[in-house]
Amino acid sequence: MRKWEIFKNGVFNENPIFRLLLGMCSTLAVTTAVVNGIGMGVATTMVLIGSNVIIALLRKAIPDEIRIPAYIVVIATFTTIIDKVMAATTPDLHQVLGIFIPLIVVNCIILARAEAFASKNTVLDSAVDGLGMGLGFTLALTVLSFIRELIGTGTVLVAKDFGFSGITLFPQDKGILLMILQPGAFITLGLVLGAINWWVRKREEQKNG
Amino acid sequence: MAEYLVIIFGSIFINNFVVSRFLGICPFLGVSRQVETATGMAMAVTFVMGLASGITYMVQKILDALHIEFLQTITFILVIAVLVQFVEMVLKKSSPVLYRALGIYLPLITTNCAVLGVTILNIDSGYNFLQSVVNGIGGALGFGMLLILFAGIRENLNFAPIPRSLQGFPIALVTAGLISIAFLGFTGFNLNALFSF
Repeated sequence: MRKWEIFKNGVFNENPIFRLLLGMCSTLAVTTAVVNGIGMGVATTMVLIGSNVIIALLRKAIPDEIRIPAYIVVIATFTTIIDKVMAATTPDLHQVLGIFIPLIVVNCIILARAEAFASKNTVLDSAVDGLGMGLGFTLALTVLSFIRELIGTGTVLVAKDFGFSGITLFPQDKGILLMILQPGAFITLGLVLGAINWWVRKREEQKNG
Repeated sequence: MAEYLVIIFGSIFINNFVVSRFLGICPFLGVSRQVETATGMAMAVTFVMGLASGITYMVQKILDALHIEFLQTITFILVIAVLVQFVEMVLKKSSPVLYRALGIYLPLITTNCAVLGVTILNIDSGYNFLQSVVNGIGGALGFGMLLILFAGIRENLNFAPIPRSLQGFPIALVTAGLISIAFLGFTGFNLNALFSF
């Protein structure tokens, strides 16, 4: 049951975006549309699982003094693989995410999990941790991008690469364009974080009395 | 001359790294609690970004010559990591005063995505050597300016009555959003016309 605990920890208790506040750059930049959010989430999850597995495998072989550069090389390798795979299979998404795909290398979540988890745990546990953290990241991106895409354009789930034209809930001219521009990213994340803080506190108060 | 002014002002105001390109958000939120630390971080980033832009430009030429462009991400991040380490050692030996001012921020810069970001953007934009360096320094100046501005605002936020759930990061993000709205005003500003003398 330990595996389930590790998995749950990544998705909820230590959700990388909502609880640990890691990986803010890509979070703010790519959540303009649900498909971008999910695409970024899946790409990061892949890199996270891959690097966690390799680092857990090599954890006894990597000398302590040079562990950070070694981790970065492993992470950069997986990022390059994902970058090239996406360029070949989902060109539109690759174009939209642009520079933020190579920047997965400097996403703090991945290095943080390598250092805090994969370097001390077995290969299987590390893979589960990578999956949990990655799904937590994807979930958070999906929530944020859903809010922004809906309020900003009135249509959600537009996905050109997958031939999906989206669901229109209200006409575009009724939307608030600001939400899909840069300020919308900051404000949405700030308010969602506030709402989650409020909810967590409320639950703790109920538990305590 | 005019083209360099366009690059500098463009990357400070129009394509500001923090509020319009979303690069370097972690240090922007992390070390903006006091104006003093924000200034130290801003100086360290400017130094490293200018240097990194120049060096990665030359590294890219080597990658192109050997037809191994796909190694760009790996080489660039290693170059930046080595560069930061090297700058730290040189500063420690040559200028203890500067080292004390910048020292603790230097290791943090390796994972600052603005540095890796600007090096890749330079290559993607097809800038030459001097344009790359200018773009790196301009981007860092824009980052530093916002970091210091934001630190000033956050020092004052400590005294403002804020709902408990919004204290700390949430209100900081909303504040950043409002700054970002102000910077939207620069969108579409024709710098080429301004500097065509």
